Amino acid sequence: MEKKWEQLSSEEKQDILFQKWLSPKAPDGNDFKFQSNEAGRNYKESITRIKDAIQIKKLPDRVPTFLLPSFFPAYYTGSTPRDMMYDYDKLYAAFKRYVLDFKPDGHLGAVMPGPGKFFDILDYKLYSWPGHGVSPEQSYQCNEGEYMKADEYDALIQDPSNFFTTIYLPRVFGVLEPFQMLSPVTGILEMYGVGINFIPFGLPPVQAAYKALFEAGSEVLKWLEVIGTWNKEITELGFPNIIGGYTKAPFDTIGDTLRGTRGIMVDMYRQPDKLLQALEIITPLMIKMGVGAAKANGHPIIFIPLHKGADGFLSDEQFKTFYWPTLRKVLMGLIDEGVVPFPVAEGGYNSRLKVIGDLPKGKTLWMFDETDMTKAKEMLGKITCIAGNVPSALLNLGTVQEVKDYAKKLVDTAGKGGGFILSNGAFFDHAKQENVKAMIDFTKEYGVYK
Amino acid sequence: MAKDLISTLSDLKEEESLKIVNDRLNKGDDPLKILDDARRGMEIVGKRFASNEYFIPDLIYSGEILKGITEIVKPKLSATTGTKRAGKVVFGTVAGDIHDIGKDIVVFMLDVNGFEVYDLGVDVPAQKFVEKIKESNAPVVGLSGFLTLAFDSMKQTVEAIKDAGLRDKVKVMIGGGQISEDVRKYTGADAYGKDAMEGVALARKWIGTN
Repeated sequence: MEKKWEQLSSEEKQDILFQKWLSPKAPDGNDFKFQSNEAGRNYKESITRIKDAIQIKKLPDRVPTFLLPSFFPAYYTGSTPRDMMYDYDKLYAAFKRYVLDFKPDGHLGAVMPGPGKFFDILDYKLYSWPGHGVSPEQSYQCNEGEYMKADEYDALIQDPSNFFTTIYLPRVFGVLEPFQMLSPVTGILEMYGVGINFIPFGLPPVQAAYKALFEAGSEVLKWLEVIGTWNKEITELGFPNIIGGYTKAPFDTIGDTLRGTRGIMVDMYRQPDKLLQALEIITPLMIKMGVGAAKANGHPIIFIPLHKGADGFLSDEQFKTFYWPTLRKVLMGLIDEGVVPFPVAEGGYNSRLKVIGDLPKGKTLWMFDETDMTKAKEMLGKITCIAGNVPSALLNLGTVQEVKDYAKKLVDTAGKGGGFILSNGAFFDHAKQENVKAMIDFTKEYGVYK
Repeated sequence: MAKDLISTLSDLKEEESLKIVNDRLNKGDDPLKILDDARRGMEIVGKRFASNEYFIPDLIYSGEILKGITEIVKPKLSATTGTKRAGKVVFGTVAGDIHDIGKDIVVFMLDVNGFEVYDLGVDVPAQKFVEKIKESNAPVVGLSGFLTLAFDSMKQTVEAIKDAGLRDKVKVMIGGGQISEDVRKYTGADAYGKDAMEGVALARKWIGTN
């Protein structure tokens, strides 16, 4: 008799998710049709390679390669970042060409630019994007601010969803300002009082906000249709997308999005208990977000961009008190459900290697940007697969030979004995195409395990 | 017992620091002397940051405490007396890039180390750097940038400085997330700093203070 999901071990759950990723289904439930036998074989070989690197039980046939750009596909094809957000045909073509020309074992999909018109409709404030706050030729960038005020921790802690609906959304989407008027849905209880809760929906400003939401939703669907077709075609051609969804470290959720860097850092001093409490409240939400996406997409790998725990951003003590405990809970929550957390440590993580080593073996994939990979291999190699760290500056300004030398050193050190994926270290915009090509092709050739 | 402001501020004790400032003002102490103690406290904060005892949150928090102190003291100041400064530095994040954390840290460290810093903010057009250099006669310029697009903006800024005939009059340092010696060469800057302390050391070297 088959065991129920809850009865499975985390290993068994992870195997099932890997199996789903290896054997995709067509929307009608039948087996997925690749464009050729070779494409089907490439797809399965790439995933098997990645899986072996992650599980560190078996030596992969060679070092897998990832290519994880930011707006590079736009520049590479002579388009602009603005085109990627507003002209879905150009988005499709540019991201397809980057995958087909460089042929990495793992790519990021085409969702990164996002639907520009959707942001326009809702008047998004958290970011400036090409043609809207920054020039059309440039990447989007975050406008950090106190979208949650210092005295609003209690509101967040007591009811995160209501906080997001009536306080956070009105601040980050100009058009949703009227959502401040909404009542908490948990007040909808009994016959005699129920109607009162619906007063806001009769008010013209709230109705206008909902109208805009419908329009925004339609735009997202239009974009998603393109993304869906893109995913299908790229999979048919044999190239796996390595991202099954994403979630975040609770400290970054509060620090990036709600309080801002300054805000959260001052809170560590002025109201540490409130901050710690809020981090705990956020934690199960982040687990649910990652697990939900992995299950919905039948894909084990969940991307977690890490920001404010990097070297220099926090002291050891601060990292161990405020950053790591809830991040570890998120990682363990994902691992328990068979998900492979994919934390991407932007900046340096040299001072954190010892602390983050406290994780079960073969369950995570850590990508590093400026971290010393020899040291990372030495300290983490026995428990986790590591990925990275070809520098953006090298890809942008270096020579082909320099890129090959760098990749060789990585394969020789971090790649020794498996458990390594070669990739760029930071999500990059500008690079010489011959350098990008050299990074992937050289690794495919030199990175074969004998 | 009354502790002194220099140590409470450098130890990041906000309430105690503000209390000392209020008490001293109530006793009729010279506001300028209070600000001078605060400055010395911040100098210690800068030293602790340089020796990896303090990190970004500690810098930011010390800045918050200082803001509180200045707000209390300012109304009591009869005239503003400028303190003597080591030298002038024009600083900003280059065009197209709106990242400010790295820039703010270097500006902070230059400031507590006695430099007069003209902070032009983020997304600063090349021409604005040129104008500020002309106006201030600053011998040092710092260009900050986090994105790879900043490489080009830095290069353009250095070129604009050159076109304005100012290249011989200023030394240019660059810094930020993905900066390396290759980037320095590409941009035509004089040097790059891996962290805020290297930025301070460069300014010292170029301006010739100890």
